[in-house]
Amino acid sequence: MEVDYATLKKGGFMRQKQKNCFSLRLKVVGGHLDAKQLSVIAEVAEKYGEGYVHLTSRQGVEIPFIKLDDIEDVKAALAKGDCEPGVCGPRVRTVTSCQGKAICPSGCIDTYALAQELSERFFAKDLPHKFKFGVTGCQNNCLKAEENDIGIKGGIEVKWIEDKCIRCGVCENICRTKAISFEGERLILDESKCNYCGRCTKACPADAWENNEGYILSFGGLFGNRIHKGEEIIPIIHDKKTLFRVIDAAVAFFGEYAKPGERFRFTIERIGEDIFRKIIEEAYNG
Amino acid sequence: MADIKIDEYTDITDVVCPVTFVKAKVAIEELEPGQVLSIHMNGGEPVQNVPRSMKEEGHKVLKLNKNDDGTYDLIVEKGDE
Repeated sequence: MEVDYATLKKGGFMRQKQKNCFSLRLKVVGGHLDAKQLSVIAEVAEKYGEGYVHLTSRQGVEIPFIKLDDIEDVKAALAKGDCEPGVCGPRVRTVTSCQGKAICPSGCIDTYALAQELSERFFAKDLPHKFKFGVTGCQNNCLKAEENDIGIKGGIEVKWIEDKCIRCGVCENICRTKAISFEGERLILDESKCNYCGRCTKACPADAWENNEGYILSFGGLFGNRIHKGEEIIPIIHDKKTLFRVIDAAVAFFGEYAKPGERFRFTIERIGEDIFRKIIEEAYNG
Repeated sequence: MADIKIDEYTDITDVVCPVTFVKAKVAIEELEPGQVLSIHMNGGEPVQNVPRSMKEEGHKVLKLNKNDDGTYDLIVEKGDE
């Protein structure tokens, strides 16, 4: 029987060095697996693999040593535990995320919810080359937003509420970018210095800040053979509609202009950063 | 706010999170409502979290003073029980 390795790879079956063995990559969004999924993964690894899994660098799970003949049985067994194979090859990969504000005290946005939305919209979408999304909740950047083709970092744009402020000075002292100062009783926020980390509002004992959550996007990150830090080219975005309009435009740019096997960053360089910037700015402005 | 009368002092520079907050909490529990505690702390994590935690416990943060050696003094008035 002819083995269609390309289709297997697309379906997350990674060919191993060992003959007729595959490392089966599972679909995972934002590193989140429930107990039922973990249980069926353990069962499949025990029964069809060699009793262990590999945790990938992108929050995924692979079950090595799955035999070619067992592939259909394995898929059926996984489906019973709400697990399905992931993807490899030239398409949108696992969307990664930290736990975000639902769990983490530093988190500025609901990263996992956004990762799910991104995954529903883009996961496994065929493109000229691999394409990675990563969502991190704040400036601490645990999820390394800028190493992704599109990185999303949560932020909070703050506005001082004069009436509530007790002038304790906590915000001024903890601001890492020195964006906050006091002139007498008046707080001066230097918006050009603010990086939207949200430390001031999170530490404020008087709730004297109005919070406006947002998304800071970076484009064209690479962390493989060549390393390039994804670049921020538009201001912080505060609504999902604009966010997805910009992301759609970036993905469409890649789909239209990239050569097969060319990463996003190289397409931007070859077509021109100015042209790409213009497309993204247009999408940002609606 | 130059003249705040301090009733008690505690130093939490010798402990790390989460004991910083525990030590501050124990110190303020010794006071009567309305009395004022000065908490001596390091920069970074304690300054980020202790003021907020004090407020969440029902106390009133009055001031945060920065010292020349990089430490801080947080002035907190004990809230009602």
